[in-house]
Amino acid sequence: MHPAFSVIFLTTLIGVGQGLFLALVTGQVYSLANLLQPQDSVSFYAMGSALSLAFLAAGLFASFFHLGHPERAWRSAAKWRTSWLSREVIVLPVLMLFIALYGVVHYFGLTRPLFVIRGVISVDASLILGVLGAIAAFALYFCTAMIYASIKFIEEWHSPLTLINFTLFGLASGFMLAAAFSAWSGVDLVGFFGTWAVIFTFAAGISRWLSLRRNRHLVHKSSLQTAIGIRHNHIEQKSQGFMGGSFNTREFFHGASEGTMRLVYLFFLLAVFILPVLLLGASYWMASPYLPVAAFLMQYLGLMAERWYFFAEAKHPQNLYYQSMA
Amino acid sequence: MTQLALVIDLNVCVGCHACVTSCKEWNTSGWAGPLTDHRPYDKDPTGTFFNRVQTFEVGEFPRTETVHFPKSCLHCEEPPCVPVCPTGASYKREDNGVVLVDYDKCIGCKYCSWACPYGMRELDEHQKVMKKCTLCIDRIANDALPEAERKPACVLACPTSARLFGDVHDPDSEVSLAIRENGGYQLMPEWGTKPANHYLPRRKTRIQIFEDELERADNPLKKEAPLPAAEGETLDDVSF
Repeated sequence: MHPAFSVIFLTTLIGVGQGLFLALVTGQVYSLANLLQPQDSVSFYAMGSALSLAFLAAGLFASFFHLGHPERAWRSAAKWRTSWLSREVIVLPVLMLFIALYGVVHYFGLTRPLFVIRGVISVDASLILGVLGAIAAFALYFCTAMIYASIKFIEEWHSPLTLINFTLFGLASGFMLAAAFSAWSGVDLVGFFGTWAVIFTFAAGISRWLSLRRNRHLVHKSSLQTAIGIRHNHIEQKSQGFMGGSFNTREFFHGASEGTMRLVYLFFLLAVFILPVLLLGASYWMASPYLPVAAFLMQYLGLMAERWYFFAEAKHPQNLYYQSMA
Repeated sequence: MTQLALVIDLNVCVGCHACVTSCKEWNTSGWAGPLTDHRPYDKDPTGTFFNRVQTFEVGEFPRTETVHFPKSCLHCEEPPCVPVCPTGASYKREDNGVVLVDYDKCIGCKYCSWACPYGMRELDEHQKVMKKCTLCIDRIANDALPEAERKPACVLACPTSARLFGDVHDPDSEVSLAIRENGGYQLMPEWGTKPANHYLPRRKTRIQIFEDELERADNPLKKEAPLPAAEGETLDDVSF
């Protein structure tokens, strides 16, 4: 498949936004259980929500560049019964609404407990919104990944590993950003968010390694024989019906050389899984606000390469009809 | 239920591209048009087509065969491109099974093209909407045309009658008969998309003749051999 930068930005940016929001809610739940110091509502939770919203809005903005008719984008909520793309289009604004409300509640300090469960857990509006938002965030990971995983013809994507990868990459980069945000704003949660970021990064490394291994050994269902229905071991394409290319040759081929593929592959392995962990580790010793930020930026850059590779490694069966120009 | 479809006879197709040009001509100016071109008279010309003819060489020299393979939307009975469309622009007509795109609803997200294993959908570079073969819906469903012309442009243009058009759900139709009796098959049956269009395979016409059918054992013109002894009439002498 041809990797489109609009979709690469969309999937990586909203993944970060969702992950950051989940990190904020995790922090709040931990402090509720007295495992962490409670943080300042305005400077931490409200600003964090705004940052998360900014990433989601940037992703949404990027997605419009993928459309031929962005002015009709509102129509895409229509077929939520059958289309995962439609479901994503609905869940994304719902999540943004929850995050906005969560931020507003924290900003105006409307965090007076509404009721207390068993005399221990005091539930306020932000917690309710946080939990609802967390559900929406996970639903959005699922919808985004299902857009790819639900297409059975693209066998590289048609696997539960796609769902796990999208979720874990989003969580890793989101918690990485939470660590960077904490370091930048001088909050003593770098270690907490950083630890989770490293855990999610390692988990994502395992699941991505599994999917890369699966794709390496994948035997495709379709062949040139089934594509044109001729039983012969030796079939060679002599003409595609045109000489100057078509949508079929542009949309479904990445056009990159083997060397470029290899380079992107090695880069994302390094930039997603190794360098950010080293940078975070270094920040543990050096206590610099820049290192976690650098770790996040490095991982985000790596995730863009990872998403590029995700598209490029997928082989669409229609490519069987466009093997050679001869 | 009616399911209109094409049956393409690969045994007859000569690869002349008349179906391609007639399709482009009819549809660019018809209901589904325009089929825009990009750099038509320049280097690397490209544009939107509903129908292509590809060519494959089967076998190894000198025992090769050239197969011309017309390729257009198969109007699947389980079209995978329809449920993925987020706007409902992509739909399958209830009355005749033709898969169509509503250009006014299409947002150009290309998701349906990903969901088609055959690569039969093309995004129009200028109109920025998804386009595909309509089976010339503006001909076949047009009562103002004489009945003989209510056929897709490609079918009418084919000089060798390699393209048949009809209802594949009607067991007595020309297309059903051709599928049944001439080994009609579907493309990529492994995906369960149930394409309505069928292809007829290459067929060799051979007559089987045995040596003794060419030369009668008791051929009287064969002077070298002695005439058979008087054994009375053989079966060949009495049957004709």
